[in-house]
Order: sequence, then structure tokens, then C-alpha cells
Amino acid sequence: MMKLRKQATAMMALGLLALSVGGMARAADPDPGVDLVINGDTKLVTRVPAPANIPGLKEVYSGWLFHDPTTQAMETDDFSNPAMLAVDAGNAAWSTVMGTEGKSCASCHNGIDSMKGVRASMPKVNKAGKLWSLEDYINDCVTNRMGAKALGWNSNEMSGLTSAISMQSRGMPVDVATDGAAAPFWKEGEKLYYTRTGLLELSCASCHEMHFGDHVRDERLSQGQINGFPVYRLKTTNMVSIHNRFYGCVRDTRAESYKEGTDPLRELELYVASRGNGLSIEGVSVRP
Amino acid sequence: MKRLIVLGALVALPLCAAVATADTVPDAVKFDNGAVAQSLTGVAGDPADGLKVATTRPMGNCIACHVAAGWAKFADPGDIGPALDGVGSKYTEAQLRGIVANAKMTFPDTLMPSFYKTSGFIRPGDGYTAKAPTGPIQPILTAQQVEDVVAFLMTFK
Ligand code: HEC
Ligand code: HEC
Ligand code: HEC
Repeated sequence: MMKLRKQATAMMALGLLALSVGGMARAADPDPGVDLVINGDTKLVTRVPAPANIPGLKEVYSGWLFHDPTTQAMETDDFSNPAMLAVDAGNAAWSTVMGTEGKSCASCHNGIDSMKGVRASMPKVNKAGKLWSLEDYINDCVTNRMGAKALGWNSNEMSGLTSAISMQSRGMPVDVATDGAAAPFWKEGEKLYYTRTGLLELSCASCHEMHFGDHVRDERLSQGQINGFPVYRLKTTNMVSIHNRFYGCVRDTRAESYKEGTDPLRELELYVASRGNGLSIEGVSVRP
Repeated sequence: MKRLIVLGALVALPLCAAVATADTVPDAVKFDNGAVAQSLTGVAGDPADGLKVATTRPMGNCIACHVAAGWAKFADPGDIGPALDGVGSKYTEAQLRGIVANAKMTFPDTLMPSFYKTSGFIRPGDGYTAKAPTGPIQPILTAQQVEDVVAFLMTFK
């Protein structure tokens, strides 16, 4: 048995076993036959074949598929979706003047529908060659173009704007670039994803690749996809940003975590986003 | 009566200290094919304390990953690892001590955490604070807690 394990490890290093891990280890589809349809008319893509550069998975699944019908139902109707409050706040902020320049977002960008598709390609490399998340692009406008103070990464003001902007891409496929200027950042993110951190020595892959569908105590593990963000979490009753979720998952390995808005989390965000290339952006979502 | 208790406490104090220094420190634990023959403390483990360690999150939290009849009264055990029923017959005490202290010595690359280990970590934290530890790294379980869990697992026949 020991020998088998050694062999398995060697194959894993070659990326061979990894292929079968996602498909073989468990009944793959977490909720066969169930589809996410919002407001009775918008059908979202919640399962697609894994991208070619993600050998550890055969098929990728939205986190929505992993949870109980009551939680799922909250996201199928915008009137019962608590995250819509953040969207409303963001839509109002879009045309509210702030900062010394006397401008609102709308002064330059016009209607928020001008943000269609933006969320689906985030994070992406900016003109200066740095990898930026949606929050960075927003704060660049807030500080350098509007003369206001940067919004906190986890603040209500920020989650309102990211939620309202994300809604403009609802139903569009996640489509982040992993080649060209993005390639070195993506590689770093991939490394982080497989690094076993903390006193528990667990990596993102330990839970979200090798054990999606299984349980950590009462929590059912999803693939840790980010197509649904920003997320309203029922457990904490607030909007959660991508980086905040990563921060908590790293902390829970009994590790020194990475702060929101730092390069390691931007790189991890790019890599994790790419694991879900092809899934629909959900706009805003609801999770336990 | 009161005086007797105080006296007892006085006597117990140096004894306790002696036990603490007699514990095998994590880096000195000798593994033989994954097993650890010698008790880490010389004090017999207490299965009742072992149950507490196994089902409490800042401690062993074995229940996060394992189903076992031994903790059936607690709700929602996880299923990342195998069910532990029968491990008291399947393994010797020495093997179980080795698995609890550092399971990677028995199952290379396993996801099961190493509960009695203080070195070789990447970004170790101070418990669940998300911060770096301020002093030397403490193992997740004390030597006696390892013995308690092992004694508890030995009852899983
Ligand atoms: C003074 C004009 C101005 C204001 C006010 C402004 N922006 Fe911008 N914004 C820009 C310009 C210019 C760009 C860069 C466009 C480019 O480089 O392609 C930009 C880019 C962005 C991007 C990145 C879009 C992309 O496709 O990469 C986002 C997101 C954004 N702005 C959000 C906001 C938000 C939210 C506000 C209000 C809080 C705001 N902006 C206010 C001018 C402005
Ligand atoms: C010990 C297991 C564990 C590890 C290790 C772990 N997570 Fe998680 N993660 C969870 C659990 C449990 C949840 C909540 C259930 C779910 O959505 O999967 C979760 C949720 C998430 C979610 C939310 C998914 C959604 O649909 O809203 C993301 C994103 C995520 N994790 C990313 C990561 C990343 C990135 C890493 C590595 C830095 C990581 N996780 C490491 C256990 C883990
Ligand atoms: C993060 C999940 C996790 C936690 C927490 C965990 N284990 Fe495990 N354990 C595993 C996995 C996975 C295996 C399977 C070993 C392998 O092949 O990788 C395992 C295997 C075992 C085995 C061997 C079972 C057999 O039949 O061969 C024992 C005994 C065991 N664990 C005891 C414990 C105890 C006691 C604790 C708490 C102190 C604990 N585990 C905590 C994941 C975990």
C-alpha cells in the first residue's frame, strides 16, 4: 500500500494522476440535473469542462451547485437575494459625486452598463504591467481621478460598487487571460494554490481540488470558484470580497494569512478565476 | 483538612515540573516505520480527555475529517479521511501514536495534519489569528493530549 502511494506521488508530480483525481475520487457532479435559472428567465452556466491548463480537474462547478435547496433558492430570485441590497447601494453610489474634483463615476463612464464585461476579465494586467483586481481599478479612479480617499477593500462602499459592476456581467463567461503579460502572475498563483500552508499544512487543492463534494465537519466543500463573487454569506450576514474569502481560508490552515489587496492574493485570484474560465459570472451570489 | 490540600499541592508541584521536562520534545520523537513505541510522557493516556481533544476545534478536531462511533453523539462529522471504527484493532498503540504525532511518517503526503510537530512549516500562524506566532511554535497538541487521543483510539475495537 505504501508502495502504491509512492507511485501515486511520483505520478502526481508528472501531472498524470492529477487528471484522474478530479473525476474518479467522487461522484463528480455535485447536483446532477439541477440548473441555476435567475428570475425564471436567465439560465447561468454552472458546469463546464475544465480549461486545458487545469489538469487537476475534469469538469468545473459553480459553488452554487454544492449547497442546500434553500440557499440555492435565495439566488434564483432577485427579490429574495440579500446581496441585491449591495447592488442597489452600488448603483446609487455610481452617480453620487465624491472627492475634490466634483465628479461621480457616471461623469466619465456614463451609465453603469458601460461596465459590461469588465468583471468577467478581472483580475488583469494594467497599462503599467501590474496585475490589478477590480478593487484596484476602482480605487485608481477614486483617488487619482476624483480626488477622494481610497475605499477600504472590505468596506460597504467598495462591495456596493463591485456588486453593481459585477451585475453588468451576469451570465457572461469568466474569461481571464492567463498568457502574455498575465503568464508570470498566473504561474505564481498556481504555485500558491498548491502550497501547503500553516500548522495544518493544507493547500487550496487539498480541500477544493482533492475533496470537493466532501465535508469538513458540516461544511460541504465546493471547488472554491470565484465566479459568484461578491458573495452574500449567510453565516456572517454580509458581503464578502474574493480576497476576504481567501484570507479566511488561509487563516483556517492555522497560517499567517495574506492581507486583502496584496500581490499574493491578486495572483491567487487570477489563478483561481482561470480555474473557472467558462462558468457564468453570477453577478452577486448567496452562500452559507 | 485545608492544610492537607495545600501540602498536597506543594508536593504535586515539583512532580508536575518533572513530568513536563520528561516529555519527549517533538523534534526528538523516534519513528520506526511510522510507529512511535515510547510514550511521549510516561503517563498513561486518559480516553475521556482523548474524546474532548478529538472533538474540539482548537485541539485535535479529528471530527472535522473523520466519522467514528466513538463520537457519534456529536453532530456532523466530516468525511475527508476514512471512518476510524476499528482502528484500535487494526493498529498497535505504537502505530496509532505515530499516526497522531505525525501521520506523514505513515502515509506520505497525507492531508492529515501532524499534531506533534514544531518545524518545517510554511507560513505558520498563531492559532487561528491569521498572524505569525510571537514566540516559538507550539505543537497543535501537547504530549499528554497525544497520549490521551491514542488511549481513546485504542478503545475503537
Ligand atoms: C475623471 C473620469 C473618471 C471618473 C470620475 C471615474 N473613472 Fe473609472 N476610469 C476612467 C478612465 C480614464 C479609465 C481608464 C480607461 C482605460 O484605461 O481604458 C477608467 C477605468 C475604470 C475601470 C477599469 C475598466 C476596465 O475595463 O479596465 C473601472 C472598473 C472604473 N474605471 C470604475 C470607476 C468607478 C467605480 C468610478 C466611480 C467611483 C470611476 N471609475 C470614476 C475615468 C474615470
Ligand atoms: C481546510 C479546507 C480548506 C482549505 C485548505 C481552503 N479552503 Fe476554501 N473553503 C473551505 C470551506 C469549508 C469553504 C466553504 C464551503 C465552500 O464553498 O467550499 C470554502 C470556501 C471557499 C470559497 C468560496 C466559494 C464560493 O462559491 O463562494 C473560495 C473562493 C475558496 N474557499 C478559496 C480557497 C482558496 C483560494 C484556498 C487556498 C488559499 C482555500 N480556499 C483553502 C475550506 C478550505
Ligand atoms: C484535515 C483532515 C484530517 C484531520 C483533521 C485528521 N485526520 Fe486522520 N486522516 C485523514 C486522512 C485523509 C487520512 C487517510 C490517510 C491517507 O491515506 O492519506 C487519515 C487517517 C487517519 C488514521 C488511519 C485510519 C486507517 O484506517 O488507516 C487514523 C487512526 C487517524 N487518521 C486519526 C486521526 C485523529 C486521532 C485525528 C485528530 C487528532 C485526525 N485523524 C485528524 C485526515 C485527517
